[in-house]
Amino acid sequence: MAATNALRYDVLRVYKELLYLGREYPLGFENYFRPRLHKAFSAKSGLQDQAEIKKGIEQAEYVKKEIEALYYLKRYRALKQRYDKPS
Amino acid sequence: MASKLRILVPVKRVIDYAVKPRVNKAQTAVETTGVKHSMNPFDELSIEEAVRFRERKYPVEDILAFSAGPAKSQDILRTAMAMGADRGLHVVEEKTELEPLGVAKVLQKVVEEEGRNLVILGKQSIDDDANQTGQMLAGLLGWSQATQASKVDIEGDSVTVTREVDGGVETLKAKLPMIITTDLRLNEPRYASLPNIMKAKKKPLQKKSMADYAVDTGKRLKTVKVAEPPARQGGGKVEDVGGLIGRLKELGAL
Repeated sequence: MAATNALRYDVLRVYKELLYLGREYPLGFENYFRPRLHKAFSAKSGLQDQAEIKKGIEQAEYVKKEIEALYYLKRYRALKQRYDKPS
Repeated sequence: MASKLRILVPVKRVIDYAVKPRVNKAQTAVETTGVKHSMNPFDELSIEEAVRFRERKYPVEDILAFSAGPAKSQDILRTAMAMGADRGLHVVEEKTELEPLGVAKVLQKVVEEEGRNLVILGKQSIDDDANQTGQMLAGLLGWSQATQASKVDIEGDSVTVTREVDGGVETLKAKLPMIITTDLRLNEPRYASLPNIMKAKKKPLQKKSMADYAVDTGKRLKTVKVAEPPARQGGGKVEDVGGLIGRLKELGAL
């Protein structure tokens, strides 16, 4: 049980980081991102196996990177449209 | 002799790029109250470039982020420090909107006081789009400048900058100290993550006022009127080819 508790903080950390990232999500935070994030985490709340929990955390880290990339691209495209000379 | 890089990165707090600006009722400015603000995207590129210099093992001594403006500009400086700047300097100016020349004069003082030898600025801010501050600062200091950089390499004292110009690129070589302004394709700025923002709260942030610099930042420009761009006019339909030709002739396209 003690080892599961150690992972508990990792899960909470990545959940909080995702919540923070989601505040700027283009489709909305309150009505889109947060419920979905919550659902994704609660769907796996029953996991007991260490390895599987670690896998879940890895997946969350991957999603984090994807969202960061999405934000970057969105901004890059908006700026390119506004500031680049048409070629 | 290879000198250590003491970098200054000025950042500006502007209305977020994703927000559609609204003109106020008096048609004197853009509505800013209750609107989401963030760091000017071109300034994010400059912070990122400074941080990458360090990661590329250039002799970076320290990276100072600077902002002049209302108290909330502090958040932007925290973001800059979360991205990797070492410390922040906030010059508080609540009342007036600063003009490029005023900011350049303050920056000149900061460069002298802090012994900077490299200033990386965003090429322009997305609110007033002046594209002047970097150039004015270079003029005031008498330093070399490379604007709209898309690639920067430093070797010892010499800096090689690739710039984006009309219809191609231009490569410049100059000696430190110098001014660089960033263009969109310079790099891909990292996201200021939550843990890094928390860590940035421990980094030193110095607060100063305009009076500390004793420079004239008075208004030289007067905004006559701010107006929305004209709404796009819808297209029209023509019946057949004859109608199309007739319409084109009418418009003088044929």
